[in-house]
Amino acid sequence: MENVQPLLEIRGLHKHFGSVEVLKGVDLTLRRGEVVSIIGSSGSGKTTLLRCVNLLEEFQDGDIVLDGETIGYSIVNGRRHRLRDRELSRQRSMTGMVFQSFNLFPHLTAAGNVMLGLRKVRRFGKEEARSIAERWLSRVGLASRSDHYPSQLSGGQQQRVAIARALAMDPKLVLLDEVTSALDPELVQEVLNTVKGIADDGATLLIVTHEMRFARDVSHRVVFMDQGQVVEDAPPAEIFGNSRSQRLAEFLRNTRT
Amino acid sequence: MQTFLDQVWIARWPLWDGFLLTIEIAISAIVLGTVVGCICGIQLLFGPAISRLLFRLYVDVMRGTPVLVLILAAFYIPSVVGISLNATQAGILALSLFAGAHIGELLRGALQAIPPGQAEAARSIGLTFPQTLTYVLLPQALRSALPPWINTGVELIKGSSLLSIIGVGELLLKTQEVIGRTFMTIEFYIFAGLLYLAANISLDQLGKMIERRVQGR
Ligand SMILES: Nc1ncnc2c1ncn2[C@@H]1O[C@H](COP(=O)(O)OP(=O)(O)OP(=O)(O)O)[C@@H](O)[C@H]1O
Ligand SMILES: [Mg+2]
Repeated sequence: MENVQPLLEIRGLHKHFGSVEVLKGVDLTLRRGEVVSIIGSSGSGKTTLLRCVNLLEEFQDGDIVLDGETIGYSIVNGRRHRLRDRELSRQRSMTGMVFQSFNLFPHLTAAGNVMLGLRKVRRFGKEEARSIAERWLSRVGLASRSDHYPSQLSGGQQQRVAIARALAMDPKLVLLDEVTSALDPELVQEVLNTVKGIADDGATLLIVTHEMRFARDVSHRVVFMDQGQVVEDAPPAEIFGNSRSQRLAEFLRNTRT
Repeated sequence: MQTFLDQVWIARWPLWDGFLLTIEIAISAIVLGTVVGCICGIQLLFGPAISRLLFRLYVDVMRGTPVLVLILAAFYIPSVVGISLNATQAGILALSLFAGAHIGELLRGALQAIPPGQAEAARSIGLTFPQTLTYVLLPQALRSALPPWINTGVELIKGSSLLSIIGVGELLLKTQEVIGRTFMTIEFYIFAGLLYLAANISLDQLGKMIERRVQGR
């Protein structure tokens, strides 16, 4: 395992919004099939980190290497250049992202949501795209809902469609940003179970979550972020055991569960 | 009353021609205006700075100028620069430019009202910007822009009557010609008014029908 090249390697990532520095040199590595959860207090930069990896945000310094390819920027004559739209789109399609607020396309059915990327990005024919979509929808327990519009689905169902939409693209890496935070409490578990199932299938996941029990159960490693930096990066038993750093102990004390 | 109906019957073909021309002008202007409006709305929001500025200028000038002045300008200015347009063409040009500005502005508003998460979700699955616009943003924007778009159509049907000033033989001009012959002023103006009303109500109903079909989703 040691000599295998990591799937995702983030090195010295710096990101600022105007004069506010939000990521202050983040380093993080994920191996293929690994499930890593990021925890940390509000405003510590967790969402921003995922958005950088999905190339939804520009960043000012550092590298993100996905499966051996440096993404987002190229260096020409010693200067960083943001890649063009077409190239960024191709790289984005290698990672899937599931958003806190689902962001399903309201004018498309559940199947339509899943099929859009399959048709336009992966260039599958209609029949094939539909059968892949149906397969993923039944994988997340929504086989009977494929012709429903998002407005006809519960929050939990919408989020599971969003998960199917991301996974159907067969991404190398899936980013999940607090996928249960916008849900009513009774709908949280069905979504967490779906994520757990996907993790058990061997997908590589980078999960931002406030569900500590879930992070402990599902992750190979847990990363604690504070003020734009990775403070701890260890197996869950260590993170939730005798917390090493003052800041982590404090954070866990304030969140509990 | 009997004599009025007789006069309507006698004048049926000119009035029918006028009515048809009114509809043709309105349809041409809404089609051309929609094409211009789509380009305009997209450029206003996503275009490079220079294009944003030019389209903003266009929209403000069109919206700040009375339609009648636009029509007169479209009638007289092209011939000065050596383009020959007949009155109908000039009228359609004026109404299209007017509609283009309005539709551009309302499309910009509709696009801007879409939550940013929509474009992000589209980009995150790897759609390019033009694909995001075509498959995610425009379908949603066009849906919410439908009611004001229908309104613009109603404005165009009404506005087409102004073309009578430059001698386009649409419904109002034909009506006035009939009045000149029969002196039944009030009766024929009411008659024309009812025809405009019927056209506008039909358009409104069409809009409601489309709305029903695409909503409930
Ligand atoms: N578009 C933006 N413009 C300016 N500042 C931003 C922007 N997005 C995020 N920030 C700032 O960046 C910091 C990190 O935000 P981020 O959303 O990454 O935190 P987070 O760890 O995900 O927090 P939460 O747990 O509340 O979701 C915050 O201080 C936030 O105010
Ligand atoms: Mg966040």
